[in-house]
Order: sequence, then C-alpha cells, then structure tokens
Amino acid sequence: MKTTQTNLTTNWQTVCQQNDLVNDSGICALIENQQIALFYLKGKEQVFAITNYDPIGRANVLYRGILGCINNDIVVSSPLYKQHFSLVSGQCLQDEKSKVTVFETRIINQEVQVKIQVQQKVA
Amino acid sequence: MDNNKTKIIVIGNGMVGHHFVESMLATGEACEITVLCAESRLAYDRVHLSEYFSGKTAEDLALTTGEQYTALGVKYVTNEKVIEINKKQKFVTASSGQSYIYDKLVLATGSYPFVPPIPGNDQEHCLVYRTIDDLEAINRSAKSAKVGVVIGGGLLGLEAANAIKQLGLETHVVEFAPQLMAVQLDEAGGQLLKDKIEALGVTVHTQKATQVIEQGDKCRYKLLFADGSILETDLVLFSAGIRPQDKLAKDFNLALGERGGIVINDNCQTSDDDIFAIGECALWQNRIFGLVAPGYTMARTVASQISGGSLTFTGADMSTKLKLMGVEVGSIGDAHVKTPGAKYYGYENQVTGVYKKLVVNEDQKKLLGAVLVGDTSDYDTLLQYALNDIDLPEFPEALILPQASGLEVAMTELPDSAMICSCHNVTKGDIVAAIDTGATELSQIKQCTKASSGCGGCAALLKTTVDKVLETRGVTVKQDICEHFAYSRKQLFHIIQVEKIRSFATLIAEHGKGHGCEICKPTVGSILASVWNDYILKQDHQPLQDTNDTYLANMQKDGTYSVVPRIAAGEITPDKLIVLGEVAKKYQLYTKITGGQRIDLFGARVEQLPLIWQELVNAGFETGHAYGKSLRTVKSCVGSTWCRYGVQDSIAKALDLENRYKGLRSPHKIKFAVSGCTRECAEAQSKDIGVIATENGWNLYVCGNGGMKPRHGDLFATDLDDKTLIKYIDCILMFYVRTAERLQRTSVWLEQLDGGLEYLKQVVIDDSLNLTHELENQMQDIVDSYQCEWKTTIENPSSLKRFRQFVNSDDIDSNIQFVSERSQIRPATDVEKQITTKLIPIVEV
Ligand code: SRM
Ligand SMILES: Cc1cc2nc3c(=O)[nH]c(=O)nc-3n(C[C@H](O)[C@H](O)[C@H](O)COP(=O)(O)OP(=O)(O)OC[C@H]3O[C@@H](n4cnc5c(N)ncnc54)[C@H](O)[C@@H]3O)c2cc1C
Ligand code: SF4
Ligand code: FES
Repeated sequence: MKTTQTNLTTNWQTVCQQNDLVNDSGICALIENQQIALFYLKGKEQVFAITNYDPIGRANVLYRGILGCINNDIVVSSPLYKQHFSLVSGQCLQDEKSKVTVFETRIINQEVQVKIQVQQKVA
Repeated sequence: MDNNKTKIIVIGNGMVGHHFVESMLATGEACEITVLCAESRLAYDRVHLSEYFSGKTAEDLALTTGEQYTALGVKYVTNEKVIEINKKQKFVTASSGQSYIYDKLVLATGSYPFVPPIPGNDQEHCLVYRTIDDLEAINRSAKSAKVGVVIGGGLLGLEAANAIKQLGLETHVVEFAPQLMAVQLDEAGGQLLKDKIEALGVTVHTQKATQVIEQGDKCRYKLLFADGSILETDLVLFSAGIRPQDKLAKDFNLALGERGGIVINDNCQTSDDDIFAIGECALWQNRIFGLVAPGYTMARTVASQISGGSLTFTGADMSTKLKLMGVEVGSIGDAHVKTPGAKYYGYENQVTGVYKKLVVNEDQKKLLGAVLVGDTSDYDTLLQYALNDIDLPEFPEALILPQASGLEVAMTELPDSAMICSCHNVTKGDIVAAIDTGATELSQIKQCTKASSGCGGCAALLKTTVDKVLETRGVTVKQDICEHFAYSRKQLFHIIQVEKIRSFATLIAEHGKGHGCEICKPTVGSILASVWNDYILKQDHQPLQDTNDTYLANMQKDGTYSVVPRIAAGEITPDKLIVLGEVAKKYQLYTKITGGQRIDLFGARVEQLPLIWQELVNAGFETGHAYGKSLRTVKSCVGSTWCRYGVQDSIAKALDLENRYKGLRSPHKIKFAVSGCTRECAEAQSKDIGVIATENGWNLYVCGNGGMKPRHGDLFATDLDDKTLIKYIDCILMFYVRTAERLQRTSVWLEQLDGGLEYLKQVVIDDSLNLTHELENQMQDIVDSYQCEWKTTIENPSSLKRFRQFVNSDDIDSNIQFVSERSQIRPATDVEKQITTKLIPIVEV
C-alpha cells in the first residue's frame, strides 16, 4: 500500500515582473490554486499581498478595489460594498469578524516574490 | 464526531430561537448546533404574521431556509417536538423517538395562546392566532363564515380582529375588562380606541364574560354571556393572552415561577447550569417579556455565555407603538401612574380624536410614562426622554400639545448610549460610528448596523436619528470630502481649474495629505475628466477610478460585469439587435431590457470584456457609460413621426441630445428624456433634464429624479427653439458639474442651491454672473473631445493588460459559476456551487 503524506513548507515564489505591477493599483496572481491580490504603492515603492476573496461580498474581487490610506493604515476598499481591508494586518475596518490573509512580499532583480505556504506531497 | 466542538441543542425555532442560532454562529465559537422544532417550518417573522392576510406568503415571512441552515452547518429537524429532557445524562428525546446529546441546551419554546375554560371552546371553528398554521385554519374557516368574534381585546386580539375584518367577516371583539388594551392604555385612552375601532365597523363588547359556546340559530355558534345577552357567530378566535410554553421544564424539574415561566438568572440560565431559557418561555425577576427585542437580547446573552463572554440580561423596556386598523396607539413605561408621587398631564381632542397623557415624576423633571391614542408622532421623542432619563423641558405639557417641536430637542440631546433599535442592540453611538466610517445613506447604515431589520418598529426613529446626525455634521463639520483633502468637491473643482492641475498626484502633493482613498480618488478623477476630458484609463488616472470605470463595465455581485452599449434614444436597427443577440449567445450572457431603454448583457468575466467589445465596436456600437457618473440615457417616445398626437420629432431630438452630452463626467449620473407631446410618454419630468414638445418648440424641465426620492422636474423655460434649448442645457449642466457636491444628483443640488430655481434662471437666462459664455465654451470643449472609451481601450495594448484575472495564468476565476433559470444564466448561489451537476459548464470562446 502506498501512503501519501502532505507537508507544509514556506517558500518565496516568483509571481511576475515588477513592470507587471500597476502603480497605486492592484493585480491578481494565481499561486498554488490560491488567488492573491497584489498592490503596488508607488509612493512607498512597496508591494502588498492579500487573499483576493472578499469575505463580505463573497467573490474574488479585492484586487479591483481602490488603494488608499485610512488613519495611516494602507487599505484597499472592496469594489463590491466598499469595506476597507488593511493591507498590513488583513483586518476589515468595518467588521471585526472579517479578515483576509496577508503575505510577505519582496522584489528581487525585478521579480516580484510572495512568501507562501505550499503543500508538498511526500510519497 | 469532533469532540472539541460544544454540542448545542436548541428546542424551538421561533424568532428568538433563530436569533440565538445567528448570534451563536457570529461568536465564531467551535460548536455544533442542532435545532429541534415542533412546527412544520423553520423560523418565520411572527411579528408580521398578520401580513399573511395582506398578501405575504409563508416564504416572504421566513427568516431562514433549510438551505441556509445547512450552508451554515446548522442541523435541524422540523416536526420534532421534544418530550423529554435527561439532565443527568444530558440528552433530550423527541416525539419521533430520536434522542439527541447536548453539552448546552437552550429552551426557546415560546408561548402558546391561552384558551379560557369555556364549555364548547374546542369546536371546529374555535381557533387561535399564533402560527402560520393557525392563520391557514382561519382562512379556511372564514370561507364559510359571515360573522367572526375575537375573545380578548388586548393588543393581539385587536390585530386578530383586523385580520378577520380583512377577510370580509362582520367582526366583533369581546373583552372581559371594562376597556380595550388594559395593559397598555388607561381608561380614557381605551375609550377613545374603542370609539375609533367601532367607527371602522368592528363592534366592541366590553365587560362581557363568555360562559358557554353553544350551537347557534342563525350562525354556527352562539356565545352566552354572564349578563344574559347572546352573540351569534360562525367563527371564534381566542386571544385571551399567552402562557409560557414551560411544560418540558415542569415535567423535568426545572424551577418554574408561581404562575408559570421557566426561571432564569441574569445569564439566562435555568436552575440547571447547562440549560438556558430565552424568549417568551423565560421568567426573569418574575417577569415574562412578550416582545421580540427582549428575547433577542436573551439570545445574545446566551451566545455570549456559551462562548465565554460576559453579556448578561438586565431587563427590557416594554413600551409599544402600533397601528391597529389604522388607529395609532402608543404606550410607554408607567402608563397607569403607579409610581409613588407621580403626576400626569393630559390632552384630549374629541374633534380630531387624539388623546395623549404624560406621566412625570414628583418634581416633574423626568418622564415616567405616556399613553398616546390617535397620534403617535411624539412617541419616539417621549420614549427617548423616558429611556435616557433626559431632563424634561420647563413645561413638560409642551411635549404633547399641538405644534410642539419636542423632537428637535430630544434628538440632538440624545446620549450616544441611547438605544435606537432594541431588536439588534443598536445605539445612537453605533449609528454615529457607522456614519464616521462613510455610511451616509440610510440603507448603508441599516446594512452595517442591522438596525431596523427586526420588528421594524424603530424605522422612523432610525431615520430621524440619521438625518439629525448628518444634519448636525453638515452644519458644524466642514465639507471636507475625506481625511485627505480639507476641501469640498466644489472647492477642489475650483483649485483644479484655476491652477490647471492635471493629475491626482500633483493635487494631493500640493493640497492634500496621505495616499488618498476610495472617496477622494474617484471624485478627483471625475473632476479631472470634467475639466480636461482625458481618456480616463490614462496611466495617471487609472488608479483613481472605481472598478466600474476601470473596467468600463458594471461589476455584479459575483464579480462578473455587465455590458451596456449605447442605444441612443432607444432607437436600434434590426441588424444591430441581431448583433447583440449573437454576441450574447456566443459569450453566454444573460440579456435584459433595462429601465433606460437599452439592452444589458450580464455575466461577462473581466478577461472577456475586451473580446466582447471588439465585436460590438466592429458592429458600430459605442460604450453606453452605464458604469460612469456621467450621462446615461436620453429616453424618448416615438413622437410625431409615428404617433398621431406627437407635435415634434422627439426621437431626433433625443438622439441629438444623447450624442451631444454622451461621455460628460459629472458629480453623479445624469438622465434625460424627450416626449413628443404633453402626454409625456417618455416621463421627462422625472429626469435631470426633461424636454417636452409643444406646438411652438420645447418646454424644458430641470432637476427631476426617479429613484429613491422621486422629484418632479421644475419647468425652467417654455417654447424654446432648438438653439436656445441647447444653450440652456449646456449652461445648466456645466454649472451643476462645477458646483455640486460628490454624488449629488441635480435634484438635491437644486434644492440646496441658495436661491433655488430662480437663482438658476438668473445665472442661465439673465447671465447674472457673466458666466454663460464660459460655461458654453467649456461644454463645447467636452463635446469636441469625445472619444468612445471602449474603442480607445481595445486599440491600446497596454490598457488591455488590465483586463485579465491573473497576471501569471490564463485560468479563469473558478468561483464564477452559473445555473440556468428561465432559459438564461444566473449566478449560482453558494449552495448551488457545491452541486456541480446543476452548474452550466463554462465554454471557452
Ligand atoms: C440596469 C438597470 C436596471 C434594469 O435592469 O433596468 C439599472 C441598474 C443599476 N442601477 Fe439604476 N438601473 C437602471 C435604470 C434606473 C432607472 C430608470 C431610468 O433611468 O429611467 C432609475 C430611476 C431614474 C433615476 O435615476 O432618477 C434608476 C435609479 C437608480 C438609483 C437611484 C438614483 C437616485 O437618485 O435615487 C441608483 C443608486 C445610485 O445611483 O446611487 C441606481 C444604481 C444602479 C446600479 C448602478 C447599482 C449598482 O451599483 O450595481 C445598477 C447597475 C447597472 C448595471 O450593472 O448595469 N439606479 N436606475 C437600469 C439601467 C438603465 C440603463 O440603460 O442605463
Ligand atoms: C400576531 C402577533 C403579533 C405580534 N406583534 C409583535 C410586535 O409588534 N412586536 C413584538 O415585539 N412582538 C410581537 N409579537 C410577539 C412576538 O412574536 C414574540 O415575542 C416572539 O415571536 C417570541 O419568540 P419565541 O422564539 O420566544 O417564541 P415562539 O415564536 O413562540 O417560538 C417558539 C417555538 O418553539 C416551538 N416549540 C415549543 N415547544 C417545543 C418543543 N417541546 N419541542 C420543539 N419545539 C417546541 C414552537 O412550536 C415554536 O415554533 C407578536 C406575536 C403575534 C402572534
Ligand atoms: S408623448 Fe405624445 S407623441 Fe410621444 S408617444 Fe406619447 S402621445 Fe405620442
Ligand atoms: S427595534 Fe425592532 S427592528 Fe429595530
């Protein structure tokens, strides 16, 4: 009998090139079957990554929201019902119970990378 | 089974039991909820039960469905009456024989109608008024009845009487006490109510004790009263009070009150720590609470207790306001002047049929209670005085005398802790907080606080509170559009125009702070478009746009978009109609005729938009700007070309206007219509700009609105020639674009414009500001620089880059799924997404 075991490991994954990012706006990447919204804040030259699923609107749309700041917190406003999600903590500012997952990012040699947990199948 | 999860059994799925399930889920606590309910259906809105007779169906009244419960992981069994509780081994057994194990047990068994022990009370047409099944029985019985009697003249009895009156029966109310609604009203109030109800054709018999119900002579039954009199009837409806449904508790030794009711402490625990009781079956400090709001508070208390929280139940206010057969009745607090030292003020007007009483404390500083019959417009104010212990004005009677403006006083003085919606525990502070986070519309506030979605009794108060809070901000708070700019839209417009600013980055660097937000960015984007009319997806402008503008389409609830090509004036050739049909078929889009005389294609994924538009542009279509705060449609009627009454060519005029102003970005959307004669088939008077043909030219109406707050347009000028018509519209629109606030339709703009319509006429017709020339020129620039945004986009590879779901994959969003309904697609619900066989396969085109 063959058994399959799944291990979780954390990895930096290259998602796209720096020039695929859109200034002060969002794009979406598919990583390990997971939709991840990436936002590029030009003023700070910083990339933020969160899950793309809007837990309140219940659709994969967060990357299409408007980027902004509320009380110094960098946020995206959902394009569906306008709630703000912090790109730093993932917390929804209007609903304590709603949260999205935040991923670390970095840009190395023009490559945009996201730190993500991947499932490795070990036979 | 998962042993970490707390097993919770809820007995009863009335309004309170259901609210408990919702509250429990909201805590996020790991638990496994099983609902056992004796009724054949899951929870429904008992408060609005009577609406069943005015057309609501059982589905309309339902508060949940089996599908919803299943999707939330809640197990439920209907027609399952619990008959045994084993406290020691912690399980319950139902009439089906099935047993269920619990860690925590919640009794939400409600109450049952009390049927007085009158001989003959158990006959076929002797009914009660509590459940949908009861109402169905009343309906059946009424079909063969002419006369109906309600026994009991309390609140529910009168509601029941109204129901059988609506069913067309001759209606009587029999009350044992000397007056109606003895709990809530005093004698004078009860008398006035009786007069009013009798005037509506219901006969009220007070001080009548029914002794026996016998076979009737003319009707099915006759009631024999203690005083020897007789009343014949075909239907008897008992509404003589409710009794707590505490049988289970009694049989299995939980502590009960002397006159029934399951005793609970402040945690809503019964005498067994793992068993809770909530709603109408529970007895707290010797009181039963026969209203939903206290029950909901108990439900939230238990959810908090089980999840380790500290919420407690500390009693509830039992004031009520209702409309019985169109008669307004209100009762607050100590209606019967029972508090020692209490005094009262009364106002009675026999002519208008109004009675009001104020009960105040010894030094007349505080309001203890009130009775209102015939006019409850002061109810909200008085209730707030009573609940929040607000000091009464020097002459408290002013609050109930005609022309009193008490409302103003109370609303602004309300403390933040003031309870506005007791069903959902929403205070004034919560509403202020919602407004602080940007909710400015009543609907948004309702959505985020849930206020007014329970019994609905607080609707008027909620609206006044919101209006007041907004109003006080409007006056005292600056008109800053958001935290990033200390300016109103009008001021920003001025800055951009005078300083010739062409990008958001420059504006925020020089006049604002931070990174902007979803309020200032689209506002500035719209102003830049109004002033410079650049392509809105130019790199600098792109991040400013709402999703609809970014993707030049309207986002739908599932993240897909709708496609609305311009069909100016609603005129379309058969060939173009066929193109729309073919495109819709090819991309499997849902099609519908809109309320704006054009065709909407729904369900396009973001990456399909350019493909679809390529085909549409090839066939000669242009964008319809359904996504923009801009000109939408110019509705037309068929006019003089075909219609036998038309006096001018309204279609040609509508086409001219639509083609002239299409693409104009503005503070909010703008709609026009043109009618060919005064019969007004195009409904021009409900549009921002309405044009109606006359024998001599055109009448121009301005600032009408459909939508949420309809407003008839004002007649601006009559019998205009073609040129003057355009000149006036140019000026009016451009003046609006320059001076209106964000998301302000022309209707609201005009109403807030100092000097109103007359002022607007002076500016446009008399050129009092010496501005019309500039306004006309500015409009002409916009008209001349028009481009179809879709055409520009599909011709521009770098813009096209935006239209993809994933930057690194050609996959499509697997969460977008459709099912078939009436031969077209519609978005699948969460539950349907699980049932893969129902889904329509996505075909790649
Ligand atoms: C598609 C359509 C309904 C339909 O199937 O018929 C529609 C759909 C929407 N309407 Fe409408 N309205 C549509 C005709 C109307 C009409 C009728 C008319 O234009 O004659 C009205 C009343 C007239 C009026 O506006 O004065 C109307 C009053 C509204 C309002 C309320 C505006 C108000 O001032 O109270 C909103 C909300 C808003 O704009 O803030 C709204 C908002 C919307 C939005 C944008 C809501 C949203 O954000 O999703 C809908 C999106 C459109 C889409 O996805 O394509 N829609 N809407 C109609 C499109 C007409 C068109 O061809 O462009
Ligand atoms: C016509 C009408 C108008 C009303 N208007 C208002 C109003 O305007 N404002 C207001 O605040 N309130 C109003 N009420 C009162 C309000 O409806 C009740 O306060 C509320 O519904 C009580 O909810 P509950 O869940 O405690 O009880 P219920 O709604 O009675 O639910 C209890 C449920 O438990 C079930 N059950 C009982 N025993 C068992 C058992 N052993 N096993 C399984 N299931 C069991 C019952 O079948 C029932 O479905 C009105 C009531 C009526 C009838
Ligand atoms: S408004 Fe006048 S012209 Fe137009 S369709 Fe109606 S009756 Fe005919
Ligand atoms: S008080 Fe019942 S809905 Fe607000």
